[in-house]
Amino acid sequence: MSEGSIFDEMWGQDQALRDPYSEFQTWFEEQDPKRLRVKQREADELFRLTGITFNVYGRQEAEERLIPFDIVPRIISAREWLKLSKGIEQRVRAINAFLGDIYGRQEIIKAGRIPVEMIARNEAFLPQMIGVKPAGGVYTHIVGIDLVRTADNEFYVLEDNARTPSGVSYMLENRETMLQMFPELFARTSVQPVSNYPSDLRRSLGACAPDATDGPPTVAVLTPGIYNSAYFEHAFLADQMGAELVEGHDLRVVDGRVAMRTTRGFQPIDVLYRRVDDDFLDPLNFNPDSQLGVPGIMDVYRAGGITIANAPGTGVADDKAVYSYMPEIVEFYTGERPILENVPTWRCSEPESLAYVLDNLADLVVKEVHGSGGYGMLIGPTATKKDIAEFRKKLQSRPGNYIAQPTLSLSTVPIFTNKGLAPRHVDLRPFVLVSPEGINITPGGLTRVALQKGSLVVNSSQGGGTKDTWVLED
Amino acid sequence: MRLKIRHATRYQFAEPVIYGLQQLRKTPKTGHQQEVISWSTHVEGGQKEVTFEDNHHNVVELISIDRDATQVTVISEGEVEIEGSSGIVGRHPGPSPLWLYERDTPLTKFGPGCRALAREADGGTDLEKLHALSEVIRDAVKYEVGASHPDWTAEEAVAEGVGVCQDHSHIFLACARHLGYPARYVSGYLMMNDRVDQDATHAWAEAHVDGLGWVGFDISNGYSPDERYVRVATGLDYTEAAPVIGTRFGGAHEALDVQIQVAQQ
Repeated sequence: MSEGSIFDEMWGQDQALRDPYSEFQTWFEEQDPKRLRVKQREADELFRLTGITFNVYGRQEAEERLIPFDIVPRIISAREWLKLSKGIEQRVRAINAFLGDIYGRQEIIKAGRIPVEMIARNEAFLPQMIGVKPAGGVYTHIVGIDLVRTADNEFYVLEDNARTPSGVSYMLENRETMLQMFPELFARTSVQPVSNYPSDLRRSLGACAPDATDGPPTVAVLTPGIYNSAYFEHAFLADQMGAELVEGHDLRVVDGRVAMRTTRGFQPIDVLYRRVDDDFLDPLNFNPDSQLGVPGIMDVYRAGGITIANAPGTGVADDKAVYSYMPEIVEFYTGERPILENVPTWRCSEPESLAYVLDNLADLVVKEVHGSGGYGMLIGPTATKKDIAEFRKKLQSRPGNYIAQPTLSLSTVPIFTNKGLAPRHVDLRPFVLVSPEGINITPGGLTRVALQKGSLVVNSSQGGGTKDTWVLED
Repeated sequence: MRLKIRHATRYQFAEPVIYGLQQLRKTPKTGHQQEVISWSTHVEGGQKEVTFEDNHHNVVELISIDRDATQVTVISEGEVEIEGSSGIVGRHPGPSPLWLYERDTPLTKFGPGCRALAREADGGTDLEKLHALSEVIRDAVKYEVGASHPDWTAEEAVAEGVGVCQDHSHIFLACARHLGYPARYVSGYLMMNDRVDQDATHAWAEAHVDGLGWVGFDISNGYSPDERYVRVATGLDYTEAAPVIGTRFGGAHEALDVQIQVAQQ
């Protein structure tokens, strides 16, 4: 894979400045690099003060550190965004319909469009959700669709995050930081705002309140607590939404509702934005050892007394083996061709695919079906022979646990370094809100960037950084 | 046959309860050969929070135990009309897909002990094979009240060679699923002909046979469930069909008293 074939979002494939970056480039040329270096340090300081931190899980210990921020924005034109958002909306509609079907009549299985094993052997499938009709028919209230770009007109969906997509606080803080540091840049460029996200989130969640709601819906954010790596985001979102931040021990079942302890007694919660995994959500119904959940919340949920966002069991839609069926899923429920492409995927559970993958490990990316955060994956082209040999054993012993994909040449966006601009690979996670009122996609999202030259791993847990993401006004 | 049922559970705690919940599956199912004429649940020392139907069509009631209560009593009673059908329950209407009942669970995990029993279950037809399985289990694992522990797995009961209806049912489920039949646990009442006061709730198993649908097997008694059997709750194993599961803070040292009366009207 030669450097020349990689699409750069600023310079294209042939070093010709692309339109969305023209205003930024003019501004950048006018800047004194020394001033920008000072600004880059200021940005780091701002993040430290704000306290956005993220735990990086090493082999032994978790160490708290900042996710590096780069001041060069990732810029998307209005026209590009229109196509992306249509594709995302179609995909999210399909995912919701899929979940309704999987926990309902399972027509897609009866129609033979996906094999029953995809669900029956799916660890995220939650039998307790069968027959449950969530308020407004919404399963995935908050979705993050991970996109990568490989050419001017070529976007792929890399992953659908349908359980608890994180990172939206970075989207908001990155913009806030850029606005503070470079107000003049925003004065000369029309960038669509992202600052409505918290109020949109609140409205969208409120629109999914259950019938039991009396008066304006009460929304709360359930966090596992301060030791969770995303605690900052939980507190931040609750604060920005004007919602309560609660832990499991603050809540209990009272008068048929889930209620939180307040100074004025127990107050029922209508919508709970939970950032606690399914298994830990309810020790009475799931893992009895969980200290993080609320005993009986599933009973209240099944009786229609609370909305849990995202719905329990939504993980069945974002496992990487189900991902490989997303083109069929989109067609089955929307009757349309998918607007956004899926990355071609080999399911190692299928003997022929496994044979191909084993023969081509050095060229492929192999991922765990239920993995996330860039853990437990093999990137063939950059792996050592030893890595590949070790991975081969894991793959052979549990083939059904893995899928493989070609190594995509992800687009690059320049980052600001001591030697000037230097291209680095990026991805993009737009954030999507779903309610009976419709699907709302915040223009922008989280751009993650691999800070090491040539690296394709953008996950913050693997040392990636972030950028502000601009969608230009038309 | 019309049966009048009264099922009282009373938990007594040596120390007051700070906070507690109980999930009840004590309401007989309506459907198949069974019609619930009347049914009510009465709670003392606690209150009803919510009622819903779970993914096995069980009526589930969640109750909270009153703060500082030292005992909670739940009385479930009513009348049920049952038609005899020599064990055949009938087609599977959902809501859970049939394949769900092919899953094993920690309590019904298939191991060497079950394998040895399953191998002996010979029969030309599905029904013959399943009846043979039921007999093999009853011969190998002696019914003995109080002999087993409620947490025993199917394999543990086979290894010990003794058990109660719960163990017999778990072994049957493990083996039937291994033989390719979707199978489920049934908890309910059995009217023993010679008495009104019954010793305990009963448990049996159902397997799904092509062409017939669900068929019941009372392994412990060697019967096909008839009009004396009241189906209350079903699940993949005991934990999904148990009359009461609970969680609580405080209220150490519980003592449980169960009274069950089943009488023909």
